[in-house]
Amino acid sequence: MENLDFYAVDTSLSEEERAVRDSVRRFVDERVLPIIGHCYVEGRFPKELIPEMGALGLFGANLPEDYGCAGLNNVAYGLIMQELERGDSGVRSFASVQGSLVMYPIFAFGSEEQKRRYLPLMATGEVIGCFGLTEPDFGSNPAGMITTAKEQGDGSYVINGAKMWITNGSTAHVAIIWAKIGTDQDSIRGFLVPTDSRGFSAKDQKGKLSLRASDTSEIVLQDVCVPKGNLLPKSGGLKSPLMCLTQARYGISWGALGAAMACFEEATSYAKQRVMFDRPIGGFQLQQHRLAEMLTEIVKAQLLVLHLGRLKDAGTYTPQQVSLAKRNNVNMATDIAREARRLLGANGILAEYASMRHMENLESVYTYEGTHDVHTLILGQAITGLNAFN
Amino acid sequence: MKIAVCIKRVPDTETRIKVAGTKIDETGVKFIANPYDEFAVEAALQLKQKSGGEIVAISLGPDSAQETIRTALAMGADRGVHLKTDGQPYDTLSVAQALAVELKGYDLILLGKMAIDDYNHAMAPALAEILGLPCVSAVTALTIDGAKGTAEREVEGGTEVLSFPLPAVISTDKGLNKPRLPTLPGIMAAKKKPMESKPAALGAARVTVRSLALPPERPAGRIIGEGAAAVPELIRLLQTEAKVL
Repeated sequence: MENLDFYAVDTSLSEEERAVRDSVRRFVDERVLPIIGHCYVEGRFPKELIPEMGALGLFGANLPEDYGCAGLNNVAYGLIMQELERGDSGVRSFASVQGSLVMYPIFAFGSEEQKRRYLPLMATGEVIGCFGLTEPDFGSNPAGMITTAKEQGDGSYVINGAKMWITNGSTAHVAIIWAKIGTDQDSIRGFLVPTDSRGFSAKDQKGKLSLRASDTSEIVLQDVCVPKGNLLPKSGGLKSPLMCLTQARYGISWGALGAAMACFEEATSYAKQRVMFDRPIGGFQLQQHRLAEMLTEIVKAQLLVLHLGRLKDAGTYTPQQVSLAKRNNVNMATDIAREARRLLGANGILAEYASMRHMENLESVYTYEGTHDVHTLILGQAITGLNAFN
Repeated sequence: MKIAVCIKRVPDTETRIKVAGTKIDETGVKFIANPYDEFAVEAALQLKQKSGGEIVAISLGPDSAQETIRTALAMGADRGVHLKTDGQPYDTLSVAQALAVELKGYDLILLGKMAIDDYNHAMAPALAEILGLPCVSAVTALTIDGAKGTAEREVEGGTEVLSFPLPAVISTDKGLNKPRLPTLPGIMAAKKKPMESKPAALGAARVTVRSLALPPERPAGRIIGEGAAAVPELIRLLQTEAKVL
């Protein structure tokens, strides 16, 4: 592991940040790594880990202690995501969705009563959530969503529409559904929809070749009626779900780093042990070049997210800075996973090794939460002031 | 019940160790709580869960020992005592004398059977001797019932069951329990728990380290032949070179 801190980044972490990282690292080593390869092949999310993750305080860990959360800073939160994705992107995705996409909007846009009701139970993992923004025909362009919530005479809402690519969709007890109460994007609101509501159905999306240890579902809402009290009162316009995505993307930029570390560590260990032409393949220039490139990119990514985390803690970060980190770190992790898989030769295609699993997972991470291309255009707009989307 | 847990800061065994004179070079070395002491912390927490009381985590060493104490606080210990020294002293008796000053008035003193840095296995018996208390070392099971305790130890080919009166000094072995991980709220709470730091009253050190060396690197294995034809040569080498036959 010593190569994973080549730039002594640990010296820039506080004692408590390191303690958090070490606790989650041990959890992943002891509980996730021994089973995750099997879960991936079987195509199942290891639900049995949810209570332990809750007891450890992993969910919504950067939200306040008043609501049963750990009250950590954003660097510690990022380190949690890094360590979870060192295990598997699916496990990290579960925590990202629970914390950044469900607990965060309840915290940011919910009423005090909603916060008291949901956050403590979600912190322990007793209540699981999912986030419904993306639709079959509206991915990168969420403003075009067709899901509607029509206000009734008694103040309740009737929701109709379909959502797709919903992590935790079939596992969740409550879904945050984004729907238009009018016709334009300013009328987008968030609703807390219990998944046992009449007219709510979730179907597992079969045939995934990526994020296999994760529940990805399609949700259909047919005349789902929710009381007025289920509207997130402070949500308003497309800006609200985008604020959630900024939180999640921040975590993803750390998470991808964890996947890259896992691949680099596996590749390094393999290169030192695997003997070919009478010596370890790590002694050959080609493999050394691969490893040197991986390490360089990992160090850059570590410094990038650490600084971003400090900016977030200072309250001065921008969504464009998060776009840059998500775009860079997921891209570099995807490249590292592929190179690590290649270094492992034929063994690299086996589930016994982690690199190909990470490589496949990262294709999803590259695509979700703002595709790589969308983040490119966000940066393009930040640079030129010109909007390439419309 | 008032329980003291002694806990030591040690290098992570997964770190690549480099020797600098008679010490290890601490540059870039990750430090952890001694794993055998974690069994002691966990045992204390389980006893407290059952019958209440207070758990005090005590560590002797330089300022960095406070970090190790906070690990025990994050796991659930109530308060910490740091006995401050310059560097980590080696002489067991000298350290035991300093710890013993602090360990008066406890019902139970728990610590690992050894620290993974010096492998001395001597601290628990030394403390018990100084304090005049019964000692059971390397326990793999522990129950406390009022003022009496029962402990099990693994001995060659079997298990030994011992009983003892409190107060007592108990050293803990692998197999006693599975130490809990510090939870994230626990890590935050640890910062607010009381920690007292005072100079350690070390006894005179009489044992010193003269030299410290890494084990010699093992030579690479070699293939001397295949199948039955290789056996005579293998036997010859095992007799003349490895000298194991």
